Amino acid sequence: MTEGVTYSFFLGCVMPNRFPNIEKSIRTVMPQLGVTLEDLNGASCCPAPGVIRSFRESTWLALAIRNLALAEQAGHDLITGCNGCYGTFKEALAEVRTNPTKMKEVQEIFKELDINFTGKVDAKHIIEVIHEIGTENLGAKIKRPLNNLNVAVHYGCHLLKPSKNRPWEQTQRHTFLDELVEITGAKSIKYKDKYLCCGAGGGVRGGQVAVSVDIAKEKLDNMIEADVDCLVDVCSFCHLQFEASQPQLNKELGEKKYQIPVVYYTQLLGLALGMEPDELGLHKHVVNTQPVLDKIFA
Amino acid sequence: MNDRISRETIATDDIDPEFVDALVEAGADRIRTCIQCGTCSSVCPSGRRTAFRTRELMRKALLGLKDEVLSSPDLWLCATCLTCLERCPRQIKVTDVIIKMRNMAVDEGYMLPQHRKASQKLIESGHAVPLDEANREMRKDLGLKEVPPTTHDDSKALEETREIMRKTGFVRLIEGQEKEAT
Repeated sequence: MTEGVTYSFFLGCVMPNRFPNIEKSIRTVMPQLGVTLEDLNGASCCPAPGVIRSFRESTWLALAIRNLALAEQAGHDLITGCNGCYGTFKEALAEVRTNPTKMKEVQEIFKELDINFTGKVDAKHIIEVIHEIGTENLGAKIKRPLNNLNVAVHYGCHLLKPSKNRPWEQTQRHTFLDELVEITGAKSIKYKDKYLCCGAGGGVRGGQVAVSVDIAKEKLDNMIEADVDCLVDVCSFCHLQFEASQPQLNKELGEKKYQIPVVYYTQLLGLALGMEPDELGLHKHVVNTQPVLDKIFA
Repeated sequence: MNDRISRETIATDDIDPEFVDALVEAGADRIRTCIQCGTCSSVCPSGRRTAFRTRELMRKALLGLKDEVLSSPDLWLCATCLTCLERCPRQIKVTDVIIKMRNMAVDEGYMLPQHRKASQKLIESGHAVPLDEANREMRKDLGLKEVPPTTHDDSKALEETREIMRKTGFVRLIEGQEKEAT
């Protein structure tokens, strides 16, 4: 049902401006799945559900709806690869749909700016669209099974919660991402507190970095305990957190304990679809991905 | 009785009865149903490693201890993971309550410098995390457009987002009255 569909690709901030390798992998992989991505020209920050929503909700809502209005004008649903942006758009849409006063306020702001917004647009996550394609269809496309690869799946928070405003069948103990990882031939390894936050959100990484990194450390320690080859995420902000925290933790510790390669889902899938690591930006990581590639290409 | 111990641990003057009303009006409609069970604190990843207690925050809000709540640095320890909101047996949208408290705190002038900086970047570039030189290079190396097709590449779009930020009072909030007037 998703095949042949065009989406307005919302980049956000962290993906294009800090981890363009994720953007590269999404742009490479999605067309292979029959999904066309169109640039969402002139889009801004979602804006960030942590800092900006915490500072002024009316600003957060109006800027979020502006980005959605750009997609509506383009005639497509919006697609994002960041849980934070996804959360912003899902919550902003719910806000204007359930609260006519909020909708009116936003439209009042838009009037002089000549922005039209009716609300006939939806926001989807990259992984939601891949999930809709289905494991069976995806399985048929696998050319290079990633056998023997042990993966720690990290869902993140805003992809799943609040569950009342999310499309998933389950409200907790989700398995869809584990299943999507396993169609590549890799194994999703059980580890403690799999559904725990990465610690970056809510402005905590920006404002209280020691607490933020300590939350990431807890997850990383649990992953090390489970002896995984890499972690797989679906959020550019979680990705930043795990990529940036590991060198920081090693520096504090004085030894290189934290070296878990941080792989975005479309990079993992791309490898299984037979693409080359460079096409997926795997040579541009902070934490070296070579041990993962060695295992796959052994 | 030891008279040196103050019995008035909560000063009457510190109680603002309108504080909860303001939170309810802002959309935290179920906060009054809180039974102080502590589920929120028990699932909080920040609370595992700091003195941050979500339950305490909720209780103080209900007592009307506005200044104590809004000036508390703990208010900024919530990573908005939404687990408390998901688990609250009274279905209080705990995370939303915290966001609303933060909005009020910022209006009172409580703002972490790093957060102000990210907000300034949003005003300058349309992005809280803007493009830098190293990433321009990486984009080129990867065969992507050097400047992404966002407000970074569209001055009209950037001006539009700034106008929204001016109209909603964000520019004044971040840069202060003096700066906006110039």
